[in-house]
Amino acid sequence: MQSEYLIAIDEFCAKHDIEVSFISSLQQTGLIEITTVEEVGFIPVDQIQQLEKFMRFYYELDINLEGIETISYLLKRVTDLQEEITNLRNRLGLYE
Amino acid sequence: MAFIDYYKTLGIDKSASPKEVKDAYRKLARKYHPDLNPNNQDAKSSFQQINEANEVLSDPEKRKKYDQYGKDWQHADEFEKQKQQSQDSGSRGATFSGGSSPGDFSDFFESMFGGSRSSGRKQTKYRGEDYTTEIHLDLLDAFKTHKQTLLVNGTTIRITIPAGVENGQIIKVQGHGGPGENGGPNGDLYITFTVANHPTIKRLGNNLYSNVELDLYTAVLGGEITIDTLDGKVKLKVKPETQQGTKVNLKGKGFPVYKREGQFGDFQVTYLVKVPTNLTERQKALFEELKNSK
Repeated sequence: MQSEYLIAIDEFCAKHDIEVSFISSLQQTGLIEITTVEEVGFIPVDQIQQLEKFMRFYYELDINLEGIETISYLLKRVTDLQEEITNLRNRLGLYE
Repeated sequence: MAFIDYYKTLGIDKSASPKEVKDAYRKLARKYHPDLNPNNQDAKSSFQQINEANEVLSDPEKRKKYDQYGKDWQHADEFEKQKQQSQDSGSRGATFSGGSSPGDFSDFFESMFGGSRSSGRKQTKYRGEDYTTEIHLDLLDAFKTHKQTLLVNGTTIRITIPAGVENGQIIKVQGHGGPGENGGPNGDLYITFTVANHPTIKRLGNNLYSNVELDLYTAVLGGEITIDTLDGKVKLKVKPETQQGTKVNLKGKGFPVYKREGQFGDFQVTYLVKVPTNLTERQKALFEELKNSK
């Protein structure tokens, strides 16, 4: 069985001085996933980087949840398009 | 070391109120924040500049010092000595972390303010900055697993580049970014590979493609030719009556599959039949004979 590293939401929020409701809102909009073990909410470690990015959007840039959702979608599109450009450039190399 | 006009950086007047400083900064941060501009070095650089401007202008003590000595920054130390009892105010502007270490200030800033930002409201653990770098390889380099030494922000690291790395591929080397602060983890190193084209062999994914010239006689009568691959020379049997543009697939003679040892793509050869030139009278006569023999 593969083990998954988890961080308790309460602990994460206390360390970063943020509200638990912020994490819950992100989960409700589907931006992050939460694992519940014996009624305690945990954040998988592989989502921490993404979560910290959302925190910066929300607390530092004053962007609301709807804005974060939109930005996430657009950033995903940017990444996909950048990947597509690279693939197309590689294909173009065949004809140069 | 050039003077930096922090007011100009934030696009505000020298008489701007703290709220105006904050608003101007926030507006620009939303535009240039690295989280919103992935892989954009220009935006990163702009963000560092506005971050630095805000660090100074949002802190009353620093702003006062900057306003008084900004253009004569060389005298700032004398100013400091005269104010022996002065202390860092400890106030914290809303300087953004940008997902990285809050460092990266200009020489001008370091000279005036000593380089370190004012202490935070609490000892937040900062993950170290992610570093990015590029490695340029030619197709032959990317064909074989090899080690390479890199100098990243003054630190030498030795990495193994697996065979089969693609042009544009980004590899993350965990923990080789900037050091974390207050016990935070190190950032990561992201390496973007640029693989140059080979003069005669083209690559798409794991397959290789090459055009091979075939003389008319071999194309008509068949024979054996030797072609160059990235792994050395390979002998090929050419079937009689081979047509222009015929493709031959050499299974497993292509590029190594990334991180799958022993697996290779294919090598596709396209024959380009070359019509002879500068024929002798005798050769022309033979071709005529051939033509009339139909």
